[in-house]
Amino acid sequence: MRQERNNIFAGIDWILVILFFALVAFGWLNIYAASKTETDTSLLSFSTKYGKQLIFISLTIPLIVTILFFNSKFYEQFASIFYFLSIFLLLMLFPFGKEINGAKSWFNFGVLGLQPSEFAKAFTALAIAKLLSDRLYSLKLIKNQIKAFIIIFFPAFLIFLQPDAGSAVIYLSFFFVLNREGLTSNYILLGTAFIMLFILTIYFGYKWMILSTFLLLTILVFYLIYRGGKRFFRFNWHKIISVYLVIGLFIFGTGYVYKNILPSHQKDRFDILLGKKIDKRGIGYNSYQSQLTISSGGLKGKGFLKGDLTQGDFVPEQHTDYIFSTVGEEWGFIGTSLVVILFMALMYRIIYLAETHTNKFGRIYGYSVASILFFHVIVNIGMVIGLLPTVGIPLPFFSYGGSSLWGFTILLFIFIRLDAHKNYDW
Amino acid sequence: MQRSFLLYFLITLTGCIFIGRLFQLQIIRGDNYDPIHNAAVKIEYAYPERGYIYDRNGKLLVANQLSYDVMVQPNKVKPLDTLEFCRLLKIDKQNFLKRFKKAEKYATYLPSVFLKQLAKEDFAYLQEKLHKYAGFYIQKRIIRDYPIKAAANVLGYIGEVNEEKAKKSNYYQQGELEGKDGVERQYENILRGRKGKKYFRRNNLNKVTGSFENGKYDTLAQNGQDLTLTLDIDLQIYAQKLMTGKRGGIVAIEPSSGEILALVTAPSYDPNMLVGRKRSKNSVILFKDSITKPSYDRGLLAAYPPGSPFKMMNALIGLQENVINQKTTFRCYGGFRYGYRKDEFMKCHCDIYARPIKLKTAIAKSCNSYFSNTYKRILEKDNKPTEGQNNWSKHVKSFGLGNYLGYDLPAGVPGLIPDGKYYDDRLNYSWNGSSIISNAIGQGEILTTPIQLANFTAAIANRGYFYTPHIVKKIDNEKIDNENFTTKKNTTIDKEYFKPVVEAMFEVFKTGTGKYSQVKGIKICGKTGTAENFILVDGEKEQLEDHSILVAFAPKDNPKIALAVFVENGGYGSTIAAPITSLIIEKYLNGQISSRNRYREQNMLAISLQEVYDKQIPKQEEIASGTK
Repeated sequence: MRQERNNIFAGIDWILVILFFALVAFGWLNIYAASKTETDTSLLSFSTKYGKQLIFISLTIPLIVTILFFNSKFYEQFASIFYFLSIFLLLMLFPFGKEINGAKSWFNFGVLGLQPSEFAKAFTALAIAKLLSDRLYSLKLIKNQIKAFIIIFFPAFLIFLQPDAGSAVIYLSFFFVLNREGLTSNYILLGTAFIMLFILTIYFGYKWMILSTFLLLTILVFYLIYRGGKRFFRFNWHKIISVYLVIGLFIFGTGYVYKNILPSHQKDRFDILLGKKIDKRGIGYNSYQSQLTISSGGLKGKGFLKGDLTQGDFVPEQHTDYIFSTVGEEWGFIGTSLVVILFMALMYRIIYLAETHTNKFGRIYGYSVASILFFHVIVNIGMVIGLLPTVGIPLPFFSYGGSSLWGFTILLFIFIRLDAHKNYDW
Repeated sequence: MQRSFLLYFLITLTGCIFIGRLFQLQIIRGDNYDPIHNAAVKIEYAYPERGYIYDRNGKLLVANQLSYDVMVQPNKVKPLDTLEFCRLLKIDKQNFLKRFKKAEKYATYLPSVFLKQLAKEDFAYLQEKLHKYAGFYIQKRIIRDYPIKAAANVLGYIGEVNEEKAKKSNYYQQGELEGKDGVERQYENILRGRKGKKYFRRNNLNKVTGSFENGKYDTLAQNGQDLTLTLDIDLQIYAQKLMTGKRGGIVAIEPSSGEILALVTAPSYDPNMLVGRKRSKNSVILFKDSITKPSYDRGLLAAYPPGSPFKMMNALIGLQENVINQKTTFRCYGGFRYGYRKDEFMKCHCDIYARPIKLKTAIAKSCNSYFSNTYKRILEKDNKPTEGQNNWSKHVKSFGLGNYLGYDLPAGVPGLIPDGKYYDDRLNYSWNGSSIISNAIGQGEILTTPIQLANFTAAIANRGYFYTPHIVKKIDNEKIDNENFTTKKNTTIDKEYFKPVVEAMFEVFKTGTGKYSQVKGIKICGKTGTAENFILVDGEKEQLEDHSILVAFAPKDNPKIALAVFVENGGYGSTIAAPITSLIIEKYLNGQISSRNRYREQNMLAISLQEVYDKQIPKQEEIASGTK
């Protein structure tokens, strides 16, 4: 037993490791295709995007070994430390961060930049796992719910202030974790309902929305009164009025914010997605080009390095957020659906393994990992294939960028470490 | 496990939606993806030279000339001496800024036209100075040149392909030229040739990064083919000259081949007006003039009741149907009574009162009564007038009337030859020959165009057949082999019946209405006629001066030319249409006008109907404004 414990690779889930390397390798091939220029030759070089990425990838090996080197207990015990460390780094960005594209998200060390928000996700997951795994902790209590919300939303809020709304949105994925651990589904249902209201309001305009929702509500109230009699109204009139108020205010507020406060470039993103605006040159250019590029791949794709739209740099940010469009053009439907299936397999496997943990900490952490990956994949691919508005977040393991790659490596391999030890009593 | 169901479910759902969407993008839409025509491939065109156009005797009618456009690519422009530049281009600074902004709006990294069609002198001067102005350069374009200022209506013109068409077309790009009217439009595919294409790979900055698939798809430009028209340009010019001061159309056809010798509309214009920088200004003059309508080809489009020339048609049908023969006589009592009421009486001016009239005299003197009787007999030969009218209509249509003739020019109208059903649908009583008796003398519902009448005359000249009129004789010096133009079309009238009709037509120029327009040594056969025309004033018809119509062919035996002349408000055919006809025939057959007939030429050149036309203008304006 002891000997096996000393072998850092003992008990690790090779399926996850293989999926990880498959995604990273395929990702690099596409980064190579998207950032290759005629003149470059050397692969390992800081002067090209693909060269840098290859260096980042090779550096994940020592990183993985280091992560696997520590005992599972270590991650549980030091969860809070890691969390506070990432909060500290996020705070330090405000004075020392380097502003790129209008957001202070980076520390700059010469050739290398570091993006703390990419690491904060893993550490927040550790902190949440630690909090929820306490035997005395129950999410039925409002007090405990608030504690969890603070842990989740504090880093999200700091990231939002950078401002990097895309990375902040990812923290909503923790609601799946809380839900899994006993938080009532009402939060998710309510959230979904308000998102629906939000989208419908933008689409139809707030006047029509207020009219039609009030009409529906009134019909519902009359139905309930009909069913419940006069007493129903006598006991519930304050609830009915507050529902009217909340919904009315929300729709009106959405309409107002959308029309008068939301910056026009963000407004355009929604308008283009909802088909209210057509724009192939301006803000809609990215989305239009990436969809066109993906379409051009057809079933089998044009072949590695043969995508002329990719090679001609027609899709902006193709090596980072829009990397999936390269897959679409050069590898076709076969390539894109393979990537989607690989991600699905990865997430299924993580959830499946997490559910086998007898230890609560490992299970909650694993569930967080799956949820975070899920959010990233849905937001990124959804954007690239034109189903969701433009939100700049990377595709895990795929997109160019050291911080993102390492952040996800840490996220995944801590789970692999925890999983390897799940059968031992800590 | 139950708790994790939500995430499992969402992951599966998302996966399915994504793969579904990818299927839609890549399999369904990807099917329409064109590997060549997309943003990553740049196509450079090499423009072929458009084919030349010659007349039947090899005279050059349409050639090409170079024109120079100033182009600009805004992102390459460096600060410049605007004042000097404006002076070179002969524009003011505001104009300069406007044009520059337009180019920038189109695309900063793509070239666009800054100033179109420079004058040649300006070009030479500008070319020396242009190197100082980065981002500006000159592009040569080929435009049309018309050495002879005639036949604009036949030749048509070329212009930029409209935006809509350019979008739908898989050949034309926006800004390219195509034939817009006349022969230029009809024979566009032959004249234009084929563009050469070179494919390059390019990146998002429009920079060429290499050839596309090693030039596998590249093609060379193929020059357009030359056309030789059937037109005799000397005759065309002469006929156009004769029509000065008049409005109308002339169509002359060679009966033995169907070749159009002259196709005149008046007023016309110099085809050079639609070339070069003055083009847009001139096109307003030509296309917006709703009174003289210089762009309206009267020879092809002016559909009117043909009047008396149609009597020959009824004579032919009467003979064919055996309801009359050469010896049949009718008496005329100053007109023809077709009903019992006082006004049901058609007047006649043949001046042969109550004596028997034979066919030849009837045509020569244009007796209305004779043909009314004939027409009634044709209709009443069958028991039902509907069938009689159908039979009549069948004969008429065999002459190419009542439908598009099928000639090779884009403009045309079908005209109208009513059949039995036409009247069944419109008359709600049981009608008979008397109800529609106007058809007997070419009035009533019948509508024909000058080119249809010319073709009808050619069929008489040929004694029973015609070739569909056409304007193109040779393509690249190869005779056309279009079956539509090279096969004989027989009418339903037997050859023998044409003889008396031709004799009668000869009589018209010998002793009848055309006798003052004889040409010594040429046997002209013809028939004059008038078409009544009305305008609406106060919702009531007001009759204007009649349009005059004349059909003729010559010589009587072995005819070389058949023609129809139509003069708006020309009055009796004998005063204007007949002399014009005889002059055209003389010019064509003899090559010149004999000194004996010079006075006739001088007269016709001098006659102007402008006064008559001017009288109509205020009335038309009042109608338009609704004041009267």
